[in-house]
Amino acid sequence: MSDMEETEGAEGAGVPAAPHRVIGTPPPSPRLLGSAPVAQEGSETALALVSDEEEFQEHIDGLPPDDPQVTVHGKRAERVVVACFLLTFIAGCGFVAAYVGLGVHTVDKTLRSNLALGLSMSVMFLALGLGALIWVRHLMPNVEVTQQRHDLRSDEKQRQATEAYFKEGTANSQFVKRPLVRRTLMLGTLPLLAAPVVLLRDLGPQPGTSLRHTVWSPGRRLLVQGTNQPITPAQFSAPGSMITIVPDGYEDDQDALTKAAVILIKFRPGELHIPTRHQGSTLVGTMNWTVDNIVAYSKICTHVGCPVALYEQTTHHILCPCHQSTFEATTGATVIFGPAARPLPQLPLTTDAQGYLVSKSDFTEPVGPSFWERG
Amino acid sequence: MSRPAVNSDTDFDVSKPLKGTAGWLDDRFGGARGVRTYLLRKVYPDHWSFLLGEIALYSFIILLLTGTFLSFFFVPSTTEVVYHGSYLKLDGIRMSEAYQSTLRISFDVRGGLLIRQIHHWAADLFVAALMIHMLRVFFTGAFRKPREVNWLIGIVLFSLALIEGLFGYSLPDDQLSGAGLRIFEGVLQGIPIVGTYLAYFLFGGPFPGHDIVPRMYIIHVLLVPGILLALIGAHIFIMFWQKHTQMPAKGNTERNVTGQPSYPYFVAKTSAWFMFIFGALALLATFAQINPIWLYGPYTPVAISSASQPDFYMGILEGSLRAMPAWEWNFLGHTVTFSVLIPFALPLGIVLGGAAFWPFFERWATGDKAYHHINDRPRNAPVRTGIGVAAITFYGVLWAEGANDVIADKLQIPLYTVTWIARVLTILGPIIAYVITKRVCLGLQRKDRNELLHGYESGIIRQLPDGEFIEVHQPVNEERLAVLEAKKVPALLPAPGSEDDNGVPAPSARGMLGKARAVANRAFAETIPVETDGHGNGHHGNGHEVTGEEHEAVGAPGSTALPPGESGEE
Repeated sequence: MSDMEETEGAEGAGVPAAPHRVIGTPPPSPRLLGSAPVAQEGSETALALVSDEEEFQEHIDGLPPDDPQVTVHGKRAERVVVACFLLTFIAGCGFVAAYVGLGVHTVDKTLRSNLALGLSMSVMFLALGLGALIWVRHLMPNVEVTQQRHDLRSDEKQRQATEAYFKEGTANSQFVKRPLVRRTLMLGTLPLLAAPVVLLRDLGPQPGTSLRHTVWSPGRRLLVQGTNQPITPAQFSAPGSMITIVPDGYEDDQDALTKAAVILIKFRPGELHIPTRHQGSTLVGTMNWTVDNIVAYSKICTHVGCPVALYEQTTHHILCPCHQSTFEATTGATVIFGPAARPLPQLPLTTDAQGYLVSKSDFTEPVGPSFWERG
Repeated sequence: MSRPAVNSDTDFDVSKPLKGTAGWLDDRFGGARGVRTYLLRKVYPDHWSFLLGEIALYSFIILLLTGTFLSFFFVPSTTEVVYHGSYLKLDGIRMSEAYQSTLRISFDVRGGLLIRQIHHWAADLFVAALMIHMLRVFFTGAFRKPREVNWLIGIVLFSLALIEGLFGYSLPDDQLSGAGLRIFEGVLQGIPIVGTYLAYFLFGGPFPGHDIVPRMYIIHVLLVPGILLALIGAHIFIMFWQKHTQMPAKGNTERNVTGQPSYPYFVAKTSAWFMFIFGALALLATFAQINPIWLYGPYTPVAISSASQPDFYMGILEGSLRAMPAWEWNFLGHTVTFSVLIPFALPLGIVLGGAAFWPFFERWATGDKAYHHINDRPRNAPVRTGIGVAAITFYGVLWAEGANDVIADKLQIPLYTVTWIARVLTILGPIIAYVITKRVCLGLQRKDRNELLHGYESGIIRQLPDGEFIEVHQPVNEERLAVLEAKKVPALLPAPGSEDDNGVPAPSARGMLGKARAVANRAFAETIPVETDGHGNGHHGNGHEVTGEEHEAVGAPGSTALPPGESGEE
């Protein structure tokens, strides 16, 4: 491409000092020595048979095509273009070869195949594009066209004629004259418009009260997520730890877990101070919902439902990684920062006859994001 | 015309099959003239910013091609299976068929990983190109009459692209996108009155259910792309019909359009551009891993990874959710959760709604009802440019807040401090950006005026006989002059509260709306005036005065705005 730069340099020297080119305007023609645009005469070719001249004026920048400089330049550019297209061909063959020759089915092989296919594909496209670009910029004469715009607005006569015709048509249709026809037509089509909406009804069940309940029920065992084993207070004795709990019988039920996932946190004696608070109109004290300083909160954030998965032992903060709602674990998961507006609901805990942790009941308030009917 | 001078070698025959086919078609449709004037000779102005829309168009075509390939292998189902495939780390894991088939595309289909990654990169490029293209159109005023409809179509295209992207990256049912989908569902639930019904109808019951993946799939591969395709067709047809805008330059007028003809120039250039875009996306897909769903694992509602970020175009929603302080009302036994509703609707509503509204607002405030085919240089429309930069700032702050955890981690700033900075900047940033931008624009106008009146600084220092050194200023050339003189200033409407000799307020400045309009008009009309006679080496003006109020009705050269009082209906 050095030949082109040379030409550009020569051009720069030839043109009297000019202010900087405005960014975005096309650079001076790179290959041909600058000369003022020459308006060309109409030709004897087929185009001259009909006249577009009123609409199009062509200008051609640069030297005539038979100028020696242009001829030399053209030959060089042609070689570059041909090289690009040959490279495209080679890369294309490489792509096919890589497809046929390189298998997948393991991570390493897949990555090797991806590299070979991707690289050959990139070269194929880039070389093709480069060839085309050099072709148009260095082999085609620099034709510039000025086209006249037509009025977008129709002239007044046309508008009036259209309006007049429309009026006549409307009159012929009797649409204005016979209001009863018009109105019953509208009435008749109203249910038709509602039909698509009606048809969508069976997309899903009505929410009903399903958002208010989870699968937790009196005596349902808490299973440790992952192992799916029940747990006794003695097994969960290290203060400051937090684990995720799933309800017995629903370990893999995604719909159930979306509402019923629970975090279990163990405190040192005396750390936990859950104040009584209003749930609706009833005052609820929940200190006795804990067992051995173990408390269970809903894992579903009250903001938009992400799992609150981060727990900071030293500060007792539960953090939602999605939008950073932060809950104070020692005071009943009250919100201390972020967009969540309500504490994480607490699950009443007790132990069963075998000493395993079980739920005393379902959550006493809806878990997860707010919704209109929540109250 | 002009062929002989350029090319005398037209003495070859058009190949028979081509000529025959063209003739056969013309016998039936008769489009010879239309093909010549609308397709072959259509004029394409040469400006780099005109390539931005093409990036969007070609990304979309690449999305269609690669998406079709992916749909041959993807299984849109949440039926649970146990994985025993090529990716051994997930062997024996329960997952949906959607996730399993995405793994299969990645590891068992030759070229599958490449095409998947090109598809994802192309989606990001598509949205990014739409954004930059829209900014170009906004800042140059290319949305003005007669192109308002195409601007509105563009906004719809952009909104649809966001939905298309969200549903697309949610399809593989991986942990990351599943969390995003859960957030989407949580937001839907928060909508007053109909929210829970919307969520239950879309998801076919409680989250996640088994309906959402097939439903998103058909929306993603048929419904939205169909609408996109139709609107893109309309967008391009309108562009053809109304012809391109052009930047101010010598010889460019409101009555013409200058550039290179479609055949062969634009066809060759734009094909090259398409190849470059495809090649660049292939390079990205080869070397820059994107959305490695096998690392995220299949979706489960009880798990989440920290530093979860959506694709970049969802960042503003994510950031808004993060920045919003807790705010919830209990309203007659119903819950209204502004914590969710405001971030969901307000920021994008302001940006996209504002963009849709803007052409009509500007027209109203300036009283400018003329056609505009020559674009503004952004500096010559300081209010518009200021508002645009303010919008970018507003969007940018909320977008960055979407990664507040990453920012806090990398810059070692406390997390809550980052959020507080974002909250403050969301309000203050746009105001500061507007003021600064407007001043910068006026400063650039002042520079233009000096260049116009005194010429440009030539860099030649000359010593005068008395010892004084001066820099020689040269008059600008014709090309530059055409650019500098392209400035148009909106006409001043009657001032707020202005009255005629009889004490009657001007009709257009009456009432609340009229007063607001007059105030807005004052802002739009603020400009650095240029004395029209004798540019180049004139000695007019003292060079330091400002603006609108003192310089009533500065009709700059070529102003097409109606004079005051003539702003009647069309």
